[in-house]
Formats: sequence, C-alpha cells, structure tokens
Amino acid sequence: MTKQTALYDLHVAQGAKMVPFAGYSMPIQYKDGVIKEHEWVRSKAGIFDVSHMGQVMVEGEGAAEFFSYITPSNFLKTPHGRAKYTVLTNEQGGIIDDLIITRVHDTKFFVVINAACKEKDIAWMKKHLTGGLTLTALDDRSLIAVQGQQAQKVVSALLDTDLSSQAYMTFKTASFNGNEVFVSRLGYTGEDGFEISVSNADAPALWSALSDCDEIKPIGLGARDTLRLEMGYPLYGHDINDETSPIDADLGWVVPKQHLGFIGGVRILKEKEDGTATKRIGFKITDKGIAREGAEIYSTEGNKIGIVTSGGFSPTLGEAIGQGYVEAAFAQSGNSIKIRVRKNDLAATVANLPLVAPKTKSMKV
Amino acid sequence: MAEELKYTEEHEWLSVDGDVVSIGITEYAQEALGELVYVELPEVGDRVEKGGDFAVVESVKVASEVYSPVAGEIIEVNSALEDEPNDVKKSIEEGWIVKIKVDDASALDGLMTKKDYTEFLENLDD
Repeated sequence: MTKQTALYDLHVAQGAKMVPFAGYSMPIQYKDGVIKEHEWVRSKAGIFDVSHMGQVMVEGEGAAEFFSYITPSNFLKTPHGRAKYTVLTNEQGGIIDDLIITRVHDTKFFVVINAACKEKDIAWMKKHLTGGLTLTALDDRSLIAVQGQQAQKVVSALLDTDLSSQAYMTFKTASFNGNEVFVSRLGYTGEDGFEISVSNADAPALWSALSDCDEIKPIGLGARDTLRLEMGYPLYGHDINDETSPIDADLGWVVPKQHLGFIGGVRILKEKEDGTATKRIGFKITDKGIAREGAEIYSTEGNKIGIVTSGGFSPTLGEAIGQGYVEAAFAQSGNSIKIRVRKNDLAATVANLPLVAPKTKSMKV
Repeated sequence: MAEELKYTEEHEWLSVDGDVVSIGITEYAQEALGELVYVELPEVGDRVEKGGDFAVVESVKVASEVYSPVAGEIIEVNSALEDEPNDVKKSIEEGWIVKIKVDDASALDGLMTKKDYTEFLENLDD
C-alpha cells in the first residue's frame, strides 16, 4: 500500500501531479511544471515536502564513537549543532546510504536518511548499536525544505527567529505553533536554505503558512532532481549504491585523513592510496538530446568506457547534463566522450562537478 | 489543409491533403508531457511503416515516440521544432512534426474522427 505524508491533501489541493516514489505518493510537479519550478528555486524560494525521508535520533554514551565507526567520518571533535554529509559503509567498502548526521549535543545525534533506504539503514544501525545507546525513529515528524535566496527572510519571519547568523551545515531548534522544530541550514539544491523538522500535526499549518508567502512556490520531485543534477549531488540507488565505494563515487572527501577504524576501511583506504578502476563523472551534452540512466558511454574511438547513472535537462545551462561512471583514464574534465541515446551517439564532454556553481559554501567540512 | 482531422490511439492528429498527411501530437499528449525540451526529427526521404515511430518528443522527465498509423515516405520535416520544441503545442500550421506521402490513401479512411477520439479519451480516464 502506498504511504502518504502529512501534507498529501495539501499537495493535491495545490494541483500536484502525484506519483509513487519510495513507497510514498509524492508530488512530481505542480501546475507550473518542472522547468518553471526549477527556475523559481534559483531566483526566489521553493518548498519541498521531503517527509518521506527518515529521521532518527541516537542518544547515549559512545554515540560519537558509534557514528565514527559506521561511517568514514570522525565525530569525536564535532561541535554541537554541526551537521556532516557522510555515508554508511558496508564491510566491502560499498555505500549503504548517503546521509546527514548532526551532533546536536555530546551524546545526541540527529540523522536524516533516504526514503528508499529507511528500513535498511535503521536495521543496520541497530545491528551495530553499542550498549548504552538508544535509537528512536521519529515517525511522528515531517520534513519541509525551504530553498532559495528568499528562504532566510521567509523562514526567519515565520518562525519569529533571526536566522541570519546561522551558519551553513548547522542545526538549531526553534518554535512553531508552540512546538519545537529543528532547523538545519542545508539542502539538496545548492541554494541557501533550510530543512525544517516539524511534527506531523503541525506540518500542514507550516506548509500552508509558507505557501501563503509571495516569494514561495511548492516544488515537486521533478525539479528536485534537476536542481541536484546541476549540483552534481549523487542520488542513492542510481549514482551510488552498495557496490560503489566513496572513492569510486568521487566522495573521497568524506574520508578524513585522521581516520579511526571504520567499517569497510580496508578497501576504502587502499583505493584512496591507489585509485579506482572507474570514477563518477559529470557530463554536459553538446548535441541535442537527453541521456538517461543506463545509456552507454563511449570514447571518441568507439570503445565502451562507461555508463550513465543519472541524466536530465539543466534549465540553468539550457543543456542536457548528467552523471555516470567511466574508466579512470577517461575521467578528466574536458575529455570528449560519446553517449548512445536510441540510435544516435551524442557528443558530450566530461565536466567537473558541480556543473553549475552552488550558492552555498562547500559541504566539505 | 483538410477540414477535419483524424486521430490515433497514440494521441497523434493527422491533417489529410490528398495523399499527403501532416502529423502532430494532440493536446492530451501535450498536457501529459509538459514542457518540451527536444524534438528528434527524421530525415526527408526516410520511410515509415504502419505503426512505426518516426520522431521523439522529449520533456524533462520522459522521451516519447511519435507514431504513424500509415506507411509512407517523409517528404517534409518541421525544422523549426529543433529550436522551439514547444511549437508542437501551437496551431496545426505551426505544430506539425512531419509531412508523409502515404503509400495508400485509402488507409486513412479507417482512422478515428474527432468524435471517436473524444470518446476514446473519456474511456481512458476510467
């Protein structure tokens, strides 16, 4: 049975086209369509219902050590309120999920995980949980992202709190409707913005209040995808999976130099030394046509060198873009490649990620 | 251009002029696709078989083939669509994708009329 978020009725009332995604009925677009929604986020601010994602709280002595073991990241010295983008790794060094882990306090961590990986991630964390730690799935909470240049102004006013001094990749609490909300300054679009964790009971009122602002439009998953594609952010299950290591996936920066022992460390640290056979790359297509997941990538000599893992159209660039994996020798930015779409071999160029400059600082903290 | 259009179950419209047909996509298909990003056109001189695809219309989310219900030869393509793919949503004069010289004009007689197509759409939404 398809699940619904607490905002389902509002999406339908706002004219959303609903589609199944990760077991939920979610808005793929509203009346304006994907391209206009994308452009609105890049010029004003959009709101996204991301309540299908999982929210988890882990508390107790040893929490920092726990997260330092199940990810390549080091949390022992992470300041209060600091959020990190990282990955859960398996024993083979593959990625179980990419996620945001926030050290709320010494022994209290807030985790946001992908919708499609919720059950898998929670089971994995529970399996490795050390004595004294509790894991609570926050099933009674929704998550609303507000992304764009107007986000700070709108959210500050609505939550009656000054967010101008809140740094990127940090977490704070605020109040809405008399209840606590978590406000994390981060997102999946490359714009300044926030992800607000709010109770399911208060979520509709928050969404409506945001929707009432002139600067805000509701944005669907279609534009969420084109926005993250421009930033070169991977999408789990497509650009990264349990066989790709963070090194293959060009996420080596999540493996800090001063590392502790972590699951999958043997392969990952070896790859960090020696390199990998294939690498995740970005590309821009110079011919007319869109390459989508599964399209084969060829060298200009006609040898198959890789595969597209995500592709689409970039409204900002006016070109088709995407991500894929190619043999390491072909992975340099500027390299000419060909991508097979139906009967045509489209000319394309390997490009460094991000393909469009983000407005946020780097996540590499 | 003929007065009455013909329609297909794949949501193409056809405008018949003797043994030459212009083919475009109906409003139903336009709505479903949303904003178009590319149109992939065939070459003049290409052959198309009955039920075969001759073009692709592409939106952000999906690429859709456009089919011909009759066999024939492509005699003209609407190259303006290469720069302005959303012109397919305009009038018949601007929104046609290709013109086909059909092998057998009598094959056009069996196609759906506007009335048939409207009924077909009503049954689709069930």
